[in-house]
Amino acid sequence: MAKLKIGDLEKIREKVRKTAGLRQGKSRGKVTVHMGTCGIAAGARGILTAVMDQLEASEIKDVIVATSGCAGLCSREPMATVEITGNPPVKYVDLTPEKIRKILDEHIVNGNIVEKNALAIGSERTY
Amino acid sequence: MKEHRLHVLVCAGTGCVACRSFEIREELEQEIIRQGLQEEVNVVTTGCRGLCEKGPIVIVQPDGIFYRQLTAKDIPHLVTEHLLKGRPVKKFIYVPSKKESPIPKMMDIGFFKHQRLVVLRNRGRLDPESIDEYIGFDGYRALEKVLTQMTPPQVVEEIKSSGLRGRGGGGFPTGIKWDVCARAPGQIKYLVCNGDEGDPGAFMDRSVLEADPHAVLEGMVIGAVAMGAHKGYIYVRSEYPLAIKRLEIAIRQAEAYGLLGENILGTGFNFSIEVYPGAGAFVCGEETALLASLEGKVGRPRPRPPYPAEKGLWEKPTCINNVETWANVPQIILKGSGWYSSIGTETSKGTKIFSLVGKINNTGLVEVPMGITLREIIFDIGGGVGKGKTFKAVQTGGPSGGCIPESLLDLPIDYDSLTKAGSIMGSGGMIVMDNDTCMVDVARYFLNFTVEESCGKCNPCRVGTRHMVQILEKICEGNGEPGDLEKLEFLARTVQSTSLCGLGKTAPNPVLTTLKYFRDEYEAHIHDKRCDALICKALISYRVLPEKCTGCQRCVSVCPTGAITGPRSQAHNVDLSKCIKCRACYEICRFDAIAGDAIRIETTREEEEEA
Repeated sequence: MAKLKIGDLEKIREKVRKTAGLRQGKSRGKVTVHMGTCGIAAGARGILTAVMDQLEASEIKDVIVATSGCAGLCSREPMATVEITGNPPVKYVDLTPEKIRKILDEHIVNGNIVEKNALAIGSERTY
Repeated sequence: MKEHRLHVLVCAGTGCVACRSFEIREELEQEIIRQGLQEEVNVVTTGCRGLCEKGPIVIVQPDGIFYRQLTAKDIPHLVTEHLLKGRPVKKFIYVPSKKESPIPKMMDIGFFKHQRLVVLRNRGRLDPESIDEYIGFDGYRALEKVLTQMTPPQVVEEIKSSGLRGRGGGGFPTGIKWDVCARAPGQIKYLVCNGDEGDPGAFMDRSVLEADPHAVLEGMVIGAVAMGAHKGYIYVRSEYPLAIKRLEIAIRQAEAYGLLGENILGTGFNFSIEVYPGAGAFVCGEETALLASLEGKVGRPRPRPPYPAEKGLWEKPTCINNVETWANVPQIILKGSGWYSSIGTETSKGTKIFSLVGKINNTGLVEVPMGITLREIIFDIGGGVGKGKTFKAVQTGGPSGGCIPESLLDLPIDYDSLTKAGSIMGSGGMIVMDNDTCMVDVARYFLNFTVEESCGKCNPCRVGTRHMVQILEKICEGNGEPGDLEKLEFLARTVQSTSLCGLGKTAPNPVLTTLKYFRDEYEAHIHDKRCDALICKALISYRVLPEKCTGCQRCVSVCPTGAITGPRSQAHNVDLSKCIKCRACYEICRFDAIAGDAIRIETTREEEEEA
């Protein structure tokens, strides 16, 4: 990787905004599994494996699978955020591999939020 | 604090960012300056509003006007019409459709609604192992600014005027520390990041390092520029393997990009960072002990002065700040000290992260503006204590902090008011206790922790705390005598005033605060031999309530000593000679939900009275 110079950072920002911005990407959506120590202790690794398996089994190739840190509400881990391109992200809580498989089927494939496992939609407020 | 007439909230959720909400924000800021409204109008970025399909979204407060699908070219008109002339622009206003979503918005959930993220702004939204994502969310922009537009004294000045104070617990003004270190003579200086988080129930530093390691690195590089340091160490306890792993990945990525190492961003500035796993001694969270440990010596504190900023690691000027303090730095540089100092109270600026644990419904990590009350944190964010329980006390600051009773819950959280209450801000551990908690037992627990973690260098801490624990144990065992509390208080004051380092100086806090706010509980233990919270084993006994017991045998199966017997469907018996009072039967009994508890713990005294 080449060392960056002043100004190169802006190019990376532009690139990331394009890909992080689901709307401009070609992907259908994104599944983020929250993998802080709390999440992992509650079984987030199993959730991540289930997500990958399920997407592969359903031959879905246009969904980004990502990991991230603790989302803050440790008592409801494992958590995952499902975001369909152009729609607000939805946080799912108290997951099990079975639940996340169903959620992927319903939410990613059929576009319906699974209400009983969803905590909330939207994201947090930053200053 | 400057009062703004209007606040313009620009959504910075992923969806809106994809629709160029950053461009909107920049355009807004520039247009506001062009029209000379910068003193009256404040532009803020917010989290997702849950209406991404209408993005980018801008809300003008206090009117609550909700604009949707804006583009940069709409901005000048919007600023002139609404912000200057006070006429909302109808054609951009969002009109909600009739259908309401059954799932609540993040903003409507108490746990998230009252939080304001500065340090944790990237939590859960970016991949901590990807430097590109960090850069994408304004990462290393502050460093760029420092390297191209600011002189080192300007950086120090900015941190000073932000009012940032040490987030490790002591609350020393960070800018002053930086200033002393920057002015200290000598070519070699060191920066240290204190990630030796050892308080029971505290995990703020771990979470920051795991969720956003680059924020800490960026803060340190900025500090290095400001103070002229070229080498930094991050001291993380080895019990945090994931934090260490992510930090190391982050350091390698930053080095590959030329954001760490030699010739940073081509400006000729050099700074490298090394991770140093600590071996797990609580005292190494104390700065002088930490430095000794870094030098390869036994982790023991030394007297101050000289302070590390003058004479620290290997006798060189060393600036040591906590993880959260470093992570605040990029945001202050980026958004300005004026912005930062507008958050919080007179003496405590910005936000603070707390780990909310114990007998609370929403366990988790919360970031709130200073000045919020304990009640808001515990009840609005934490959701209060469990069903059927009542709140008793909250312990802040870990073994160095104190217990704060219900009567002080409206205390605004800042360094000074917590100190006044006899506790400390500490690094941010917050342990909530309900009526099942015995305060004497809590004091004993925390003091036992300090006794075991005392390094033994000075007498008051090594011997004094041990004596205090012995008195507390005596009281818990039902052998307390009149005069014990006075003795305990005297010892506590002595240890507090004569110990060498912060560990000993603050160790008596749990005892002193519980004595102050829950003295009647101590007295009940000593004079009446009662433990009303039903915790101290010597003072309680168990029995089955035959009218409530259904004979389900769940307690029989968990009793480790076979003290509970009885055939199925008939009320069981407890053989007190075998019972070790482990509480397992009490915890497993399901019928407290239906008809109170089938197995009740009661104090010895009550039983005597009944007999």
